[in-house]
Amino acid sequence: MTNPERDTLARLARFGSTLAVALVFAGLAFAMLSLPAEPTGLAAAVRAELPGTGAANPVTAVLLNFRGYDTLLEIAVLLLALLAIWTMRRGQLRPQRDPGDVLESLASIQAPVMLVVAGYLLWAGGSAPGGAFQAGGILAAAGVMLVLAGSGWPQRLSGWPLRVALVLGLSAFICVGVAVVLGGQEFLAYPASGAATIILVLEICATVSIAVILLDMFLSVLRGRASRTDTTASIDQP
Amino acid sequence: MLYSLAGIALFCIALRAVILATAPLRAILAVNVMSSGVFLVLVALARRTPGLVADPVPHAMVITGIVVAVSATAMAIVLTQRLRANVSAPTVEDTPGAGP
Amino acid sequence: MDVAFLFDLLLAALIVWLGWRALTSESLFRAIVLFVAFGLAMGLAWVRLDAIDVALAEVAVSAGLTGALLLAAFGGVQRSGDDDDEP
Repeated sequence: MTNPERDTLARLARFGSTLAVALVFAGLAFAMLSLPAEPTGLAAAVRAELPGTGAANPVTAVLLNFRGYDTLLEIAVLLLALLAIWTMRRGQLRPQRDPGDVLESLASIQAPVMLVVAGYLLWAGGSAPGGAFQAGGILAAAGVMLVLAGSGWPQRLSGWPLRVALVLGLSAFICVGVAVVLGGQEFLAYPASGAATIILVLEICATVSIAVILLDMFLSVLRGRASRTDTTASIDQP
Repeated sequence: MLYSLAGIALFCIALRAVILATAPLRAILAVNVMSSGVFLVLVALARRTPGLVADPVPHAMVITGIVVAVSATAMAIVLTQRLRANVSAPTVEDTPGAGP
Repeated sequence: MDVAFLFDLLLAALIVWLGWRALTSESLFRAIVLFVAFGLAMGLAWVRLDAIDVALAEVAVSAGLTGALLLAAFGGVQRSGDDDDEP
């Protein structure tokens, strides 16, 4: 293809995509503006059922009680994504180049603080904003910061302990679900008396799993970046 | 309403960026912006009527969505890394010892 | 027009503008940094929408971790030298 032709095509693609996207915008905005005015959500239903859930924070109640299936499957999705990453990644982790004094000292101050914040979010999740996902995210971010600051700490988790931590959340969910079924209830329908304890245990396990999974994803990306120079020899030649 | 319109606008400009993107990382970034737009619409619709408590169900869905979006991003990045490693492997310039 | 509405208007405009800049910025590095800033602005929007839980998740996971992932991947792209960044 010659250059002018290519330019014309590029301009055509630009114009066409702008037009199509403008149409999409108009349609969606019209749909949004023509929504009925009366509230149709589930807020009232959630508020009515909240006392028996074991959580005073409605979002936590939805995540871990009403829609426990969602959260169970979500952790399964995280695990599956990590498995896919494990099959595709290559290369070895290399030690970070000298991170410098500022980053190193900042990380050494901030990592404990982040640990405390994550613990607070996990504990408060039942009654105030917070919960497993937020705590897991902050824990993973603390791990990322430690890795970037040159600490070998996060990588030390490997082998069996790593795998146990990865599947902890999912297996805790499944165990609770099956135990409840054996007790004669429906899958993941907790008894109201022990719901708070069950939710706390599930949240702790889920936090550990989410943090380790997210951190391992980051480490995999770092590996792939380091592998650019040393994998060429190992790839099958056609 | 303001925020849901902003969410739609984000979704649309990011959609255009996905269509036109040539570099994989830019496409991944654009998909992330797209997902942010969708989340904005969901949460904005959760408190459509002023004065009432916001609906927690969309909030929970969005939190789940945010975490899934991160895992999808990580997977896409590793996929592009692997793709790049595989595509660039057989060329002469990249074989060890042949480079400058 | 009260102050709250004005703030919402400004914040929504800021979000769309940051998103637009993150998508169209010439330099990929700048685009990623803008994306992180975009995530933080989104965090503010969640607070305005009474979704504190979502705000926490967004700031910790989306802005923090996605930014770190993209930056790590960007480092790899840069090292390989031959990659296609849009002109």
